[in-house]
Amino acid sequence: MTAASDPGVTAQNDAPEPATGVVLRAEGLTKKFGQVVGLAGVDLHVGAGEVLGVIGDNGAGKSTLINCLTGALTPDSGQLYLDGEPVVFRRPQDAREAGIETVYQTLGVAPALDIASNLFLGREIRRGGVAGQLFRFLDQRAMQQKAEVFLKQLGILTIQNMKQSVETLSGGQRQAIAVARAAAFGSKVVVLDEPTAALGVKESNLVLDMVRQLRDRGLGIVLVSHNMPNVWAVSDRIHVQRLGTCAAVLRPQTHTMSEGVAIMTGAAVV
Amino acid sequence: MGVSLITMTNSVPYFIAMQDAAKAEAPKLNFDLTLAAGKQDGDEQGQIKAIEDAIAKGDKGILITPNGPGVANAIKQARDAGIYVIALEASLPASATDFTFATDNVNAGTSIGEWAAKSLNGKPARIAMLGFFNDKAVSFDYQRHQGFLKGMGIDVKDPKIKGDEAPTGKYSGGDYTIVCNEATNGAEEPARSALETCLTKDPSINVVFAGSEPIGFGAHNALKAAGKQDQAIILAVDGGCTGVKGVKEGRLSGTAQQYPGKMAQIGLDAMAKYFKDGTKPTVTPGLDFHDTGVNLVTDKPVDGVKSIDTTEGSKNCWG
Amino acid sequence: MTRALSGDAPTLPQEVQRTLHAHPAISPTLILVAAWITFTVINPRFLQPGALSLLVQQTAIVAILAVGQTLILLTAGIDLSVGAVCVLAAMVMAKITSEQGVPGVLAILIGIAVAMAAGLLNGILVTRLKLPPFIVTLGTLSIFTAIALLYSKGATIESGVLPGELNSTGHTWSVGAFRITAGVLLVLLVYVVVGVALRKTAWGRHVYAVGDDAQAAGLAGVRVGRVLLSVYVVAGVIYGIGAWVMIGRVGGASPNAVVDANLESITAVVIGGTSLFGGRGGLLGTLLGALIVQSFSVGLALAGVDGQFRLLAVGILVILAVSVDQWIRQVKA
Ligand SMILES: Nc1ncnc2c1ncn2[C@@H]1O[C@H](COP(=O)(O)OP(=O)(O)O)[C@@H](O)[C@H]1O
Ligand SMILES: [Mg+2]
Repeated sequence: MTAASDPGVTAQNDAPEPATGVVLRAEGLTKKFGQVVGLAGVDLHVGAGEVLGVIGDNGAGKSTLINCLTGALTPDSGQLYLDGEPVVFRRPQDAREAGIETVYQTLGVAPALDIASNLFLGREIRRGGVAGQLFRFLDQRAMQQKAEVFLKQLGILTIQNMKQSVETLSGGQRQAIAVARAAAFGSKVVVLDEPTAALGVKESNLVLDMVRQLRDRGLGIVLVSHNMPNVWAVSDRIHVQRLGTCAAVLRPQTHTMSEGVAIMTGAAVV
Repeated sequence: MGVSLITMTNSVPYFIAMQDAAKAEAPKLNFDLTLAAGKQDGDEQGQIKAIEDAIAKGDKGILITPNGPGVANAIKQARDAGIYVIALEASLPASATDFTFATDNVNAGTSIGEWAAKSLNGKPARIAMLGFFNDKAVSFDYQRHQGFLKGMGIDVKDPKIKGDEAPTGKYSGGDYTIVCNEATNGAEEPARSALETCLTKDPSINVVFAGSEPIGFGAHNALKAAGKQDQAIILAVDGGCTGVKGVKEGRLSGTAQQYPGKMAQIGLDAMAKYFKDGTKPTVTPGLDFHDTGVNLVTDKPVDGVKSIDTTEGSKNCWG
Repeated sequence: MTRALSGDAPTLPQEVQRTLHAHPAISPTLILVAAWITFTVINPRFLQPGALSLLVQQTAIVAILAVGQTLILLTAGIDLSVGAVCVLAAMVMAKITSEQGVPGVLAILIGIAVAMAAGLLNGILVTRLKLPPFIVTLGTLSIFTAIALLYSKGATIESGVLPGELNSTGHTWSVGAFRITAGVLLVLLVYVVVGVALRKTAWGRHVYAVGDDAQAAGLAGVRVGRVLLSVYVVAGVIYGIGAWVMIGRVGGASPNAVVDANLESITAVVIGGTSLFGGRGGLLGTLLGALIVQSFSVGLALAGVDGQFRLLAVGILVILAVSVDQWIRQVKA
């Protein structure tokens, strides 16, 4: 985890454009699926310690945008910059290695595996020596201890047993595990796609609290959601996606939710 | 001229011997031979399909070892279409086909049963019956089983149902007990496991009926592992070369040798003759089919039971 | 009990459900113990050391093939070609020694390599062509069976013409009244090695993750295709070792051995508590499952029950096991 810049900086800045400490920037992203336009030239940036909300109607291109940021899709044209350096992600693994973690709406975790295994899935801690190098033996104790630390840091103290399988957890707790994983390994940016869609109010708040904590650690956050109150509650800026382009970038302080929805649906323009 | 040979399966040496003999004989008779088989013993559907294929192809003759009564209707269709059909196994009524060349599986069983009864010399018989299947009724399976018991002088009750005989009673030489009646799928390993279980049930087993030679070898392995190879006689049916060799080495006490290759060969010859001048083959006196015969192969002949030795047996063995 | 955030105290069925969920080997253990007690009461010979030794030897082949089957079921796949691969490997081992004079050890290795290649083929078809494992292995079942039959002409190659190395899995030692074969020891070794790999290595963790939710595993950075491919290859190797065990047990290489191994191994795995839907279960359960099936077969035979009823009993067990699996999968937070 790096670069805890002052979280206030971008949020207080009235100009909606270039903020200081931009960690991830996208310029002119386009993506076509045959004849269907997914993205038609989208710019976006998120600063360290900033939450960028992304809203938009169904089919507006939110998922396509997220997938281009996280390596799940490669854009047809356009350029990504991470800390000012141009980057190309061909696979999710590339984005992950560059410090961008993603929390998926439904596909975050392997239900039958325990908490620690899920947190470290694909990045297991191995034992030292031949056992670890050659035979890829796991250091299970280290993973469990670290898992506990991660969860404690994020205030998920209610989960006590790291060997508990994830499917025995509530929906909110599962999502918390997914967020904790992103938090543990995302050194620069965490992208969340509809993280509260399946959750009740209490559980949604748990996840939003975690989002704020990650922001306070200086990570850049991109939060895609249909839930306007959630977006308005945590976002510093709000990117409104419409028909494959960015219709506006709002601030919760300057626009109400209904104004945001109007822009999103094309009932109003900025 | 197109001719099809449709065997029960193509996975055991018995039918492979049949196919090989047919492959050797067909060119001599200018036959264009097609080989087909059921997927497994009892697979009537696969054989029906093969018969339909033969009809569609315009074959003039079919040789078949039927997998069950279910194929009779398809055979009738073939005959209605003018195809000459010869059975190489007597499981269907003789009228179902134009002619039958067969080995009598009941006789095969009887010959080893008689030998077993004689060689026990009046001792009580404690018998393990190792057949093929317990999930389907296949003619050679129950015929060999019933034939063996008949040879020992035991009442088989319903001749088509194995296992309905009395578990204890008198055989021709004394008292008998049937310790177990197990299915083995005709393979060594299940046969070995089956006899191991039988031996746990009754360690004094002294007669093993093996429905085939692989079953016999599995049984021998079980006895040998238990150190009881000299305690029991093992009788099998088939007459393949490995089986005859097993008899010579003493692993089997005897085997009833059948002649699958000969059946295919004379079946094709008869067919050729019929096509040439309409000559029909003749049945064995007293039977409604032509018996291609069976010989008990053993190196320990007993009085009153006809047998040949392993040297003789290996001359006509197959596989 | 360490459990998170549950409000009400759980009811007894919930408690049972949770316990079975956390320890899937419990139900097969209970079934096995109950079966052994029952069969011993019916016929005390069942539990004699000699009879038990035989039971274990009889279980060995299905047990080792079920290791590969477990791996594949854990990835939510299924392998119908187990028996065919095993037979093919056995025939290759036996034929190249008896006919081409290849030395025994080399022949064993070549046989295992053939089985491995067969597994690789299954794996490639599943991962590259994205065909369902059921269809792939249904197809290769026929292909491998046909090759084995054509190659062997359906004839058994007997131990007499095979070198000692091939028969060595049949070697027997007496330990008190128990008799144990080299094949049984080899099978146990395979269980230990694969069991440790499943529980203690990153690979094992990925096998579970892929079977549990392949998409989630992929998004988490697990290389799903590679893990799947490795599972089919490892399974192939295990079937190859199984072929060697089989030669020792059968007393030769028989093309008609283990013809029912696909169903028998799936039965053992499922009765052992591994889920047909992947991601759940383990090898301990499979070993117990294999023992249960054979115990029923032997126990009912000693009780004088006909073969058809033994088939019936195993069928009921399978349905019970799958029902229990379904039930415990519904465990709630
Ligand atoms: N894999 C794909 N193949 C074809 N069209 C796609 C694909 N993914 C998205 N699209 C299309 O691109 C547009 C944007 O979709 P998406 O990014 O999923 O929107 P959102 O997430 O905002 O609902 C839609 O018209 C959608 O149908
Ligand atoms: Mg979407």
